[in-house]
Amino acid sequence: MEDIIVRYISRIIVPFVQLYGLYVILHGHLSPGGGFSGGAIFAASMILYALSFNLSAGTKKLSHDVSSVLESGGALIFAGMGLLAVLLGTNFLGNRAAGFPLGIPGNLFSGGAIMVITFGVGIKVASTMITLFYSLIEGEGHSHD
Amino acid sequence: MRKLLVIVLLAVITFAMVTTVLEMPTFGDPANPTNNEVPERYVQETIRETGVLNVIAAIITDYRAFDTLGEATVLFVAIAAALSTLKAH
Repeated sequence: MEDIIVRYISRIIVPFVQLYGLYVILHGHLSPGGGFSGGAIFAASMILYALSFNLSAGTKKLSHDVSSVLESGGALIFAGMGLLAVLLGTNFLGNRAAGFPLGIPGNLFSGGAIMVITFGVGIKVASTMITLFYSLIEGEGHSHD
Repeated sequence: MRKLLVIVLLAVITFAMVTTVLEMPTFGDPANPTNNEVPERYVQETIRETGVLNVIAAIITDYRAFDTLGEATVLFVAIAAALSTLKAH
């Protein structure tokens, strides 16, 4: 697409959308939102970028290798927090029982494992959506060649 | 004939759905069957037990974190299946 208006507006909008996605992920335990919705917002910004520029510009920002690492990394953070609770002597995915610091309710760094798990889920959802979108667009490009 | 069959089938489904909705308890009624000790426990004990303000976040990532891990696994399997199918062509 060779539309200067779309390119210019999306160039301005994308950082704000990404910042808002990160905000929704990191404040998942304080305000409405969480890993799934924040990850979807973050992925929407990358999809907007790839749509308004082109696919090669999008994959330059986030290559397949990076997104597969993020994909597995998000799940590993989640499962790793569960296993850490087992190592600390309680049930799988225990939070207060494992002794994670709960902090003061209402602070950004509170809730022990919940914030880390939300972050992992957010990374995972974002990379899933981005990878799926890029792969579908790529497949379409090959079939038309 | 086929159209008639579709219309009858849709009418039956509509009837079933509408009767289900009409049978539902009133929204917000304190006597609803969902207002038992489970949401009471969540509302009263979430801050003490998990230290977060968002009760939904506490439920999905602490009380029922294992369920969310399964959800993340579903995402992982879905993307793996989609990629292996798309890359094969």
